[in-house]
Amino acid sequence: MVLDYVGVKEINGSLIVLDDVENAFFEEIVDIRLDDGTIRHGRIVQTQGKRCVIQVFEGTKGMSLDNARTRLKGRPMELALSPEIMGRVFNGAGMPIDGLGEIYPQYNANINGTPINPVSRVYPKNYINTGISTIDTLMTLIRGQKLPIFSGSGMKHNELAVQIVRQAQIAGADNKFGIVFAAMGVKNDVAEYFRKSFDESGVLGRVVMFLNLANDPIIERTLTPRCALAAAEYLAFELDMHILVIMTDMTSYCEALREFSSSKGEIPGRKGYPGYLYSDLASLYERAGMIKGKNGSVTQIPILTMPNDDITHPIPDLTGYITEGQIVLSRSLEGAGLYPPVSVLPSLSRLMKDGIGEGYTRADHSPLANQLFAAYAKVMDARSLASVIGEEELSPVDKKYIEFGKLFERYFVNQGYNENRTIEQSLDLGWKLLSTLPREELDRVDDEILDKYYIEDTDSITFETFGADESDDNSNDEDIA
Amino acid sequence: MANNNVIYGINGPVVTVKDTRAFSMMEMVYVGDERLVGEVIGITDKLTTIQVYEETTGLKLGDAIYGTGEPMNILLGPGIIDNIFDGIERPLKAIEEKTNSSFISRGASVSSLDENKYWNVKIRAKIGDYLKAGEIYATCPETAIIEHRCMVSPKLKGGKVVSVQPDGKYKLRDTIVVIEDDEGVKHDLTLCQEWPIRTPRPSAQRLSADVPLITGQRVIDTLFPISKGGTAAIPGGFGTGKTMTQHQLAKWCDADIIVYVGCGERGNEMSQVLEEFTELVDPKSGRPMTDRTVLIANTSNMPVAAREASIYTGITLAEYYRDMGYHVAIMADSTSRWAEALREISGRLEEMPAEEGYPAYLPSRLSEFYERAGRINTLSGFEGSVTIIGAVSPPGADFSEPVTQNTKRFIRCFWALDKSLAYSRHYPAINWMTSYSEYFTDLDPWFRKNLGEDFIKYRSKVTALLHEESELMEIVKLIGSDVLPDDQKLVIETAKAIRVAFLQQNAFHKEDTFVPLEKQKLMMKTILHLYEKSKHIIGAQIPISQILDLHLFEKITKMKYDIPNNKLEMFDELNKSIDEALSTISVI
Repeated sequence: MVLDYVGVKEINGSLIVLDDVENAFFEEIVDIRLDDGTIRHGRIVQTQGKRCVIQVFEGTKGMSLDNARTRLKGRPMELALSPEIMGRVFNGAGMPIDGLGEIYPQYNANINGTPINPVSRVYPKNYINTGISTIDTLMTLIRGQKLPIFSGSGMKHNELAVQIVRQAQIAGADNKFGIVFAAMGVKNDVAEYFRKSFDESGVLGRVVMFLNLANDPIIERTLTPRCALAAAEYLAFELDMHILVIMTDMTSYCEALREFSSSKGEIPGRKGYPGYLYSDLASLYERAGMIKGKNGSVTQIPILTMPNDDITHPIPDLTGYITEGQIVLSRSLEGAGLYPPVSVLPSLSRLMKDGIGEGYTRADHSPLANQLFAAYAKVMDARSLASVIGEEELSPVDKKYIEFGKLFERYFVNQGYNENRTIEQSLDLGWKLLSTLPREELDRVDDEILDKYYIEDTDSITFETFGADESDDNSNDEDIA
Repeated sequence: MANNNVIYGINGPVVTVKDTRAFSMMEMVYVGDERLVGEVIGITDKLTTIQVYEETTGLKLGDAIYGTGEPMNILLGPGIIDNIFDGIERPLKAIEEKTNSSFISRGASVSSLDENKYWNVKIRAKIGDYLKAGEIYATCPETAIIEHRCMVSPKLKGGKVVSVQPDGKYKLRDTIVVIEDDEGVKHDLTLCQEWPIRTPRPSAQRLSADVPLITGQRVIDTLFPISKGGTAAIPGGFGTGKTMTQHQLAKWCDADIIVYVGCGERGNEMSQVLEEFTELVDPKSGRPMTDRTVLIANTSNMPVAAREASIYTGITLAEYYRDMGYHVAIMADSTSRWAEALREISGRLEEMPAEEGYPAYLPSRLSEFYERAGRINTLSGFEGSVTIIGAVSPPGADFSEPVTQNTKRFIRCFWALDKSLAYSRHYPAINWMTSYSEYFTDLDPWFRKNLGEDFIKYRSKVTALLHEESELMEIVKLIGSDVLPDDQKLVIETAKAIRVAFLQQNAFHKEDTFVPLEKQKLMMKTILHLYEKSKHIIGAQIPISQILDLHLFEKITKMKYDIPNNKLEMFDELNKSIDEALSTISVI
């Protein structure tokens, strides 16, 4: 028996309230047919007695108390999936918008997913070579990891994400590589930039896009990452593919959630965000990983723009507590014209410790990374001292650090948009930089490794030869390409 | 009889029932056809409120709710160790096998402990014995190193043994002993018992906190020690190494049993714990770590109500083993997630929020939890302890937020993790200026007795040097270190050696990951020896640069790697070589 409920009781923002509803269940999907024949979709978000609160994905514009007929669909929000979704474009609620027709489903997935049993997880260990020195050496990306990019408005996070996609896919040489791209509240231009970049690097046929642009309804925005992750899980765990999920911009998502929460009249938490923001974000981020007995993986690179570049804002803060590290971009490096502007010290990859070293990258990787971090931290101390007493007054060792800092930023952090460095090149570059410091300063490294990699002949690492080396590296890259 | 108790409203993990008097507070209930586990958390004459421990998607109004008449109980018996549970003690491995799926579906009903496994039971009780509550009547080997001791549940008053089975193989629910209490009622005793998670298990007597929990982590053991039965908090922003510190403590501390509660944390982290603990061999027993570990995994995407319960489940398991006479350490990672779960449920109940949206009862809940720690005499006369080490994740690494502040009131050891130390990869990133331990005075006699007066002396000297350095650094930040007089430069050099050689510890280096107390003492001795000698030389108007040119300070930073834990006599050679090197200066 199919019942239509005529009219609505209340309209408040994107929420409508129905009375006298029988047999409704929590999170059930509804269709709302307006008198002009258009159909909108919604979801039950609260039930109390026979009273139902429904969120309308497309918004309530044009709805009145009398012109809508609501039909309960008897199922939760599902996404139609089949191998044909590769290369397709969907809206934020999972409807195809590329004009190529509906997906004939082989499988319907509940977009909320179900938590992975912790005992069934495989601890991720295979590193992904992104070809970017700072990331590969200091915050190695691991297959199955969730590693967000903390950026700010106007910084080059999109370029970085595209570069990672372009260069990482070469490492996963088999054709079991795919990308799921979820755009939440991003500008049309940004979505277009990603599309064009994927096209140029020849991966467009391996991308599934979910687009909720800045002017699309916010309720749809709260579903976008869930749809994208349902698709990613399907591709990874049913079709054994390695999926890289790029979600941008998480800040817009959280703001949509806040708007939705306040229209429901919930008690706000920090900065007006709902108290369950942590659980909600976790239900997205935790969907990364690898599972025993399956060959695929879901790796997430969420991008978020920190409001006012503030890393303690609830969104980056809660994200950092859930994700396995973060790549932080710095406006001052960006201002200095460096690309990618990765702020090394606050960046981190929690999974890297088990995915690097002997058998994965190289035995000296871990001590080198530690030493680079420690040395660069000292550069910061020396710089703050220099800003008070002037560089001239610094001790000789501090001056060496200042010099090291400059070289490090210029040659290690900075790299071309098309430059794909191998891990060996990055590590060797790191050693070259460390060798500009006195050997006694390198207290994080065993003598054995120092003997092997420390360049005693400091004269050979003068600034000029260093620069020349750098251009050698570039030409090498071109050779490889 | 028709069940009139049906769902009236659903809001996230909270469901309500209208007009019923059937339930009592904190009663465990089953919700819906899938029989999802829930707990009654509020009753008015109109509405009864229930929090559900599983996803509520798909629950319908009018679905039945079944009472159990009992509070939220968990099953205690052999098979707990080496297992991994969710927040309400559902066995995740067994669920995986039963549902044959890598995802946790709802309403998976599996007994917490394996009821078909045979245990090799030795009966201790004899007919005619009088068994008091808490007394042990049977034992069985649970893992290669843990002997499980079956105790009369403290719920019973005890009684006379009227029948016993012979030693042999029994299953969890087999009756092995029957006792008759004073009223003449017979009770069947099996290998297991149940206990409500929110009620502390009773003990005979609390003992003072004068035995340290040795962790092998220098900054903790020496500067901020914790006692067996103590409470500690590890607060730190993200990426400061809370989890790493907890892992290190779980691996190396000298408790008999570890209960590791992953409360609202990352799934990959739990799989890492599982993998590492299986591979890691416990140095004392030569057996895998899992032989003495219980894991409770309630990852951040698992239902929020179960996250709230996971802390209580963990502490109840810990108390159960404490009552057998074991020293148990419980790692709760992280208590902030638990507090947030409280906040989330409180918000759904539309309670009046106190600070930052947390419910006003947050401090009392925290104190109830931390007060369940302690070193005690059990009802059966053994000594046991529960040590609680809770991680705190303050938003924005701001320690003035309610969870950190309220936790501080109920713990006695505060290991504050510092962002700038973590950024420079100084691990463990425990800040020596803001951390404290109130146990040091309690433990003082133990240290004097076991490590000698020297240990205390070295420790105070090390602390004094670190404090002096931090004051000097204020000056250095303004005018640079060159202008300081040589004796103050020496303090800075020495404090740097203390930081780098002593406080910083490499968890991935096989010699450095665990350091015995004796070596910790000798390391301090060596640093201070170099300091005293150098001070003497500087006193003779010889410039410090001559000492620094010998690179002795760099040399001692490598002692943690160069001197193996079982060759402590090498410190004599090191000290001798320092003397020799310095003597070249004094001669000139």
